[in-house]
Amino acid sequence: MLAVFKREFLSYFKTPSGYVFMAMFLAVNGGVFSVLTLQQQDGSLSSYFMSMTFALVVLIPILTMKSFSEERKTKTEQLLLTSPTTLGGIVFGKFLAAFSLFAATYIVGCINFTALYKFAAEDKPNGGQIVGCSVALLLIGAAFIAIGIFVSALTENQLIASLGTMGIMVLFLALGMLNQYIPFEWLKTVLSWVSIYSRFSNFTYGVFDFAAVLYYASISFVFLFLTVRVYERRRWA
Amino acid sequence: MIKIDNLTKRYGEKYVLSSLSFEINKGEIVGFLGPNGAGKSTTMNIITGYLSPSDGTVSVDGLDILDFPDEVKKKIGYLPEQPPVYPDMTVTEYLNFVYELKGCRLNRQKHIAEIIDVTSLGDAKGRLIGNLSKGYRQRAGIAQALVGNPPVIILDEPTVGLDPRQVVEIRNLIRTLGLSHTVILSTHILSEVQAVCDRVVIINKGRIVADRKTTELSAAVEGTRRMSAKICGPSKDVSAAIRALPGVRNVETEGKFDMDSTSFVIESDSGIDIRKPMFNLLAKNGWALIGLESAGTSLEDVFLVLTDLKSDDGRGKKKRSGRKEA
Repeated sequence: MLAVFKREFLSYFKTPSGYVFMAMFLAVNGGVFSVLTLQQQDGSLSSYFMSMTFALVVLIPILTMKSFSEERKTKTEQLLLTSPTTLGGIVFGKFLAAFSLFAATYIVGCINFTALYKFAAEDKPNGGQIVGCSVALLLIGAAFIAIGIFVSALTENQLIASLGTMGIMVLFLALGMLNQYIPFEWLKTVLSWVSIYSRFSNFTYGVFDFAAVLYYASISFVFLFLTVRVYERRRWA
Repeated sequence: MIKIDNLTKRYGEKYVLSSLSFEINKGEIVGFLGPNGAGKSTTMNIITGYLSPSDGTVSVDGLDILDFPDEVKKKIGYLPEQPPVYPDMTVTEYLNFVYELKGCRLNRQKHIAEIIDVTSLGDAKGRLIGNLSKGYRQRAGIAQALVGNPPVIILDEPTVGLDPRQVVEIRNLIRTLGLSHTVILSTHILSEVQAVCDRVVIINKGRIVADRKTTELSAAVEGTRRMSAKICGPSKDVSAAIRALPGVRNVETEGKFDMDSTSFVIESDSGIDIRKPMFNLLAKNGWALIGLESAGTSLEDVFLVLTDLKSDDGRGKKKRSGRKEA
């Protein structure tokens, strides 16, 4: 597991993908922050965090699209699968590498918040809300990374991997928005329960929602588990 | 050491392997010979745990690959058909990664230095694999299989795409490995098996066609000598006259490839050199011999020879096909 993690993490810096991700993330992050928070003089940060969840849809595939598809194309997966390592370890190593880079980049981006503490006059920033939203955003990122790794295990084509990942992520985010067009009450309840978006809004109100944390963590788990299953199925095909 | 029992792999209705059974003893170098699509790679992929069998078992040292995957995988070093190298790593980084991946507990620096030395990767160790030539990549692939010093080494077509000098080097390397390891290699080149292996398992269309010592194979192949000759003269008379020479088993007319000469394929017993009597015969009749070369034995011929060993008369009907592959 550690060997895969190390190789994967370092490979982000040997190919442009890691640098592209970091540059795009920080640019989008800074842009969103200055437009929605600084220019609006809005210390509540809720629109900033909401927008960042949408930005992840475009950013996360940069990290995950080559994860397994590249290994399959270059046949290096044969090395991984014939080595005395468990499938779960390989999948988790890759997940952890992508998540580490994502989390590290986000933490660098947190430098934005210092502006609030320095310049906010009356509307002092709510530290609890920032931490809560950050944790939630990182967990949503983790869930998206798991989705991306799962999709990349399905195809050799990186373009299809990234588009497929975006599709699933948009679906997860959009479920909550579909709600207002649905006439059935029970379906509305189910959809808002599954929706990443509606669960995230609690955090922006400054509520730390443990159920949501658990929910995001289980999405990651389920998709990583499915990735393992994809490989097991292929082996037995 | 390795026991393969009733191995079957099927994709839907298509049987890629059907009931393959054989055993490989410790210290043997076994050649896996067969045409493309015979099931060589599939068998190797199953032995190494990359694929699972539809039926049958593979065990290494008495451990079943499905019950003890990690223990079995630790005992096997595998070079797949396409070397599993990462183009964004240098050779040394790559071997260190494989070392960690396999969870080895040896003196790392010394072990990797030894492997680089054995596979003559010294000049390339600091270069990115993506920038290396096919030959070096192949060697990096072999080096990877050696990491951790596994008792069994499985090489899938190790010499494909190498230049002739590299082929010789790799074959020497395999022979050296054979002294201390059990080696299985697959190939579709007959001379490679003869040069390197103790034993040969020939498979075709997912079935074992023959399983013999290489010496027996050589005897079977060398039982007859084949030559192709270009002779100017009436083809029927020429062929009848040559056929009458002592030691000649068969003469086939291949056809006219230029204006006045005809090409023949002549098979004779191995103990007898028919070139002198044939030359005298042709000279006496005034037929000019304008070309004579020995024709190699093709894989297809070997299949026929080995499957026909029981019935000697089958040999005469044998169809000529292709020159020696190499």
